[in-house]
Amino acid sequence: MSDDKISQAEKDEAAYFAERAKAQASAAAAQSPSASGTQDAHTLFDVQEMELNFGPQHPSTHGVLRVVLKVDGEKILEAKPDMGFLHRGTEKLFETETYPMGIPHTDRMDYVAAATSNHAFCIAVETLLQVEVPRRAQLIRVILDELQRLSSHLVWLGTSGIDLGAVTPFWYAFREREQILDFFEEYCGARLTLNCMRIGGLPFDLTPGWTERLAEFIADVPARIDDYEQLLTDNRIWKKRTVGVGVISAEECVEWGLTGPILRASGVEWDLRRARPYECYDELDFVVPTRQGGDTYDRYIVRVQEMRQSVRIVQQCLAKLEPGEIRGKVPRVIKPVAEEVYASIESPKGEIGFYCVSNGTNKPYRMHVRPPSFINLQALPRLAKGHLVSDLVALIGTIDIVLGEVDR
Amino acid sequence: MAGEEKPPAGGTAEKVEKPKEAPKPKLEAVDASEHPWVRSIRAALPDTVQSAKQFVGQVTVVVKREQIARVARHLKDAEDFKYCVDVTAVDWRDRQPRFDVVYHFYSFSKNDRIRVKCGVGEGEEVPTIATVFLAANWCERETYDMFGIRFSGHPDMRRILTWEGFHGYPLRKDFPLEGIDTGAAVYPEEWPDGGGPPKDDPNRKVVS
Repeated sequence: MSDDKISQAEKDEAAYFAERAKAQASAAAAQSPSASGTQDAHTLFDVQEMELNFGPQHPSTHGVLRVVLKVDGEKILEAKPDMGFLHRGTEKLFETETYPMGIPHTDRMDYVAAATSNHAFCIAVETLLQVEVPRRAQLIRVILDELQRLSSHLVWLGTSGIDLGAVTPFWYAFREREQILDFFEEYCGARLTLNCMRIGGLPFDLTPGWTERLAEFIADVPARIDDYEQLLTDNRIWKKRTVGVGVISAEECVEWGLTGPILRASGVEWDLRRARPYECYDELDFVVPTRQGGDTYDRYIVRVQEMRQSVRIVQQCLAKLEPGEIRGKVPRVIKPVAEEVYASIESPKGEIGFYCVSNGTNKPYRMHVRPPSFINLQALPRLAKGHLVSDLVALIGTIDIVLGEVDR
Repeated sequence: MAGEEKPPAGGTAEKVEKPKEAPKPKLEAVDASEHPWVRSIRAALPDTVQSAKQFVGQVTVVVKREQIARVARHLKDAEDFKYCVDVTAVDWRDRQPRFDVVYHFYSFSKNDRIRVKCGVGEGEEVPTIATVFLAANWCERETYDMFGIRFSGHPDMRRILTWEGFHGYPLRKDFPLEGIDTGAAVYPEEWPDGGGPPKDDPNRKVVS
């Protein structure tokens, strides 16, 4: 009896679909004579078009990003990012506090890579003051930067994997990230909002045994990166979701101002660590990984290879580390000359720069951030056009945005 | 590092004993009007460059507001500054013109940046460079949002970080640090949550 019911339901369903197909066919037939005119193709479009709000509370937007989508079925016709939900007026706050007091605010911009934000801020003020950073401080800064790059890429790897349905890499990535955060915690007491740099150097010297433990840990990392690669690189589902998604050419990357792994995955070998070396990057031996395809898969490969290079850089810095000063000769009250500078470094997301205008007092007159996430996010509509809604998730992941930095 | 400094020169008076290390050359900007890039702009667009300086190796060119799009185009095409790093502004409050709009361009072949500035008075419009560099689109929107400087010819001149209908420009020097009362908490019927524009405001849109 129940079988009868099911078969009846199936019949009903089949009848319903047949009827609907007939109705659609007749509707299309009614449209077709006029569809030959260019104007009417558009009206047909309008009927199917739908507006869809993606976020701001969607887990795959990595924060509070809202994307207003115009979709035709599953296909994205237009994507309009809408942000500012996390806007805290950081640039205004810089103006009201002295130079050293600005550093903690930079932690809260890119909160998964606080060290590089700190670093960029300090470099901008150091350029303005023309202060030299002692060698030991330079090396430790580079170590912190590269650890931060590792941990930021691990967050990216884990979360963008989860976005695309690969849950396993997340646990592995966060296991290593946790250990990196432990090193940060031991160094400066904080795990995320590090506040680990000072103008002219560093706040503290390394704790005893830190370098040895780090050397031990970092020697182990390449094998763990192999683990992640084993889970993803040749994974058929991962490749289906990423290969050919969001392809962007090198010229377009430059036109959109994209920097970081996105630019390098499109074939431009440009990295501020190599192009305009700061600290002691010019004496370190590392490769700037590039790929030619410019799609989501290539960006994944570039980031994974960057992690391997970070390991090499940390190992070289550890070998070079010698006792010494950690603070340069910085006046107690920082009052730069009334001038302006722009200085930038390579953050895990791209070029992070600070434009600093001084009016000769102890507070910056204007401190502007060039946030890589904000500029990179700008290309999202271009990348998303024509893809499916589910690919948008992959694209937001591959741009690697942090909304704290987008909104500031 | 404790930041217990007081704004007036209180700390310097006590520390007069120790300024022995004075061999540091004085940090000063030098005139850069003969710099090749500046000369190139001047040759291509006469009567555009107002001044040029160089400070710690960074070249700053001040140009006329009306010419900024042409300068950007010239730098991109003739001088190979293909990458627009950043667009922002500085509020000088009591100066005439009140604002500086600041552009940074980077050249991959020269591996160097140039900073271009133009003075803008209150209510004046700057020609957009979003048609020259796509990257400048959101930067200009942010500049408009934060300073109220409008860019003429911009494809999408809307606020970007604050909401549509927000009153005031947060990064102007006369905007209070504490923010302004948007009325949202006091008149929830008239002012929707989040302080958007009132219900009868023609600017009010549900979807941005």
